[in-house]
Amino acid sequence: MADRGALPDVQRRSAAWWQDKVAQGLVLIGGVSAIVLILAIFIFVAQEGLGFLLKDLDLVEFFTSPAWRPTSDEPEYGILALMAGTASVTGLAMLIAVPFSLGAAIYIGEFATGRTREVLKVLVELLAAIPSVVWGFIGLSIMNPLIIDVFDVPVGLSVLNAGVILGLMAAPIMTTIAEDALKAVPDGYREAAEALGATRWQVIFKVVLPSAKNGLVAAILLGVGRGFGETMAVLMATGHSVNIPTSPFDSVRAMTATIAAELGETAQGSPHYQVLFSIGIMLFLVTFVINMAADVFVRGGFKLKGKRK
Amino acid sequence: MSSSFSTTDLNVRNQRNERLFKLLFGLITATLILPVVIIIGTLIVKSEGTLTWAFFTEDPTNGMTEGGIFPALVGTLWLVAVALIASVPLGVAAAIYLSEYAKDNWLTRLINLAIINLAGVPSIVHALFGVGAFVLFFNFGTSILAASLTMAVMTLPVVIVSTRESLQAVPQSFREACWSMGATRWQTIWRIVLPNSISGILTGVILEVSRTVGETAPIMFTGAAFFLPFLPSSVFDQTMAMSLHLYVISTQVPHVPEGLPYGVALTLILIVMVLNSVSIAFRTYLRGKKKW
Repeated sequence: MADRGALPDVQRRSAAWWQDKVAQGLVLIGGVSAIVLILAIFIFVAQEGLGFLLKDLDLVEFFTSPAWRPTSDEPEYGILALMAGTASVTGLAMLIAVPFSLGAAIYIGEFATGRTREVLKVLVELLAAIPSVVWGFIGLSIMNPLIIDVFDVPVGLSVLNAGVILGLMAAPIMTTIAEDALKAVPDGYREAAEALGATRWQVIFKVVLPSAKNGLVAAILLGVGRGFGETMAVLMATGHSVNIPTSPFDSVRAMTATIAAELGETAQGSPHYQVLFSIGIMLFLVTFVINMAADVFVRGGFKLKGKRK
Repeated sequence: MSSSFSTTDLNVRNQRNERLFKLLFGLITATLILPVVIIIGTLIVKSEGTLTWAFFTEDPTNGMTEGGIFPALVGTLWLVAVALIASVPLGVAAAIYLSEYAKDNWLTRLINLAIINLAGVPSIVHALFGVGAFVLFFNFGTSILAASLTMAVMTLPVVIVSTRESLQAVPQSFREACWSMGATRWQTIWRIVLPNSISGILTGVILEVSRTVGETAPIMFTGAAFFLPFLPSSVFDQTMAMSLHLYVISTQVPHVPEGLPYGVALTLILIVMVLNSVSIAFRTYLRGKKKW
């Protein structure tokens, strides 16, 4: 025993032990990469835009002026109209998507059974997969003439067009998340209510929806985040003209779409280029807050619900 | 007394109401799905005659108003392939860490928050990141590499989340049996957990491909070009892409015949639908096959 070295065999690290440690280190790098990347996104976008945002930009004008004239001789960088564009389109989209996605989630989760339920879930998942540029094209070539015909207006690229498109885009994802939240309500709750003589309506509205409340709020928040950050569809369907809308038939321009349309035409490092990155910082921060809030609701909700099926 | 077990007026009314509610919510669901059926129908009708073999194998000609989409198709393949090479190993590693090694501590919580935010950051912000990081800082220029890496970062959460789910679907008893034979954690993961979840991981990768094919904003400024008369020969070349091509010919190019953008839109939708259907079918088949 003594001539085999200082440690007995059993205490020696085997090759497999070292292999395990190396593998653990490597997958840890994978895990940490998510944190590194989200920090890197903020740092790189901020690096191009933050200096300008804080030093050269009149923040009061930036947020309160509706004049966005970045290419004129005396450029003006007011994003009020852009914010109004984003808000009006996202607002209309939510007006459409919230009732429809919650309704669909209730139908799929509470009424549909067996094969119908599976087929509907697959359909909703397929809807969520349609690329945003295709939605934009639909707004441009199908919705646009349709709106002109139906409402007898000169332009069909408007808040209405983009709102409907965005609503249809966001609804499937919201349906999926809302349906998950309904599914997380234990069947025991439903059975207990039914045993007390509650009708289906009462079971859904007095028992299931209140206990799934947090998950449903999360679904809506994530829908808002999706609408807020959507770029291509909004770029193509809003008409892309700087405008504070007074009716759903007005053309508007969104913050995301402005970056997409103008970044290609700016010189790197120019004020216009930096101001676009400043808008990017805002978009990042707002979606960050929305996602955090949604996460809080998801966690708060799932804790109360006991065992998931 | 004989009436105590027969239906009361209240029962009848409740049953009628229940049917009514079911109908109402069914209609809401149908309203959500119906427009898309109409849209796809319209795309098929309006693109009639466009989707020929030549459409997929010829270059765009005459200022992109005629010809096919061959370079865009090839470009999209390049972008997807390079994005997968970057994101799949990283995403699978992250998922293995989260599912097999991570303890319930602040680091794990932070990683999960980071994943949620990576998935939620607007695509145009990913584009700005791509410009700042890959095009300028790493000096890749506007190239397939920069565009693919931007999309890899963006789709990383898809890989991580789906892989983590399929790893966690492997029963704990499989791991315990393996550990009790004296295997290390890694040996267990490599020999038992991964082989039992590889098909689930694959369905996630298919979803990522589908997502990457349709993305437009992240590649606009990082590597995709409006028009290039040649195919890329390395990852440092620019390329055309299907999604950007649809945007360009439907908004930037005058006098495009109507059928052309409809054809490109239909092709994109079909690719995405087929990929997602394959992924869903695969998942359903696996779920049916599993004995645990």
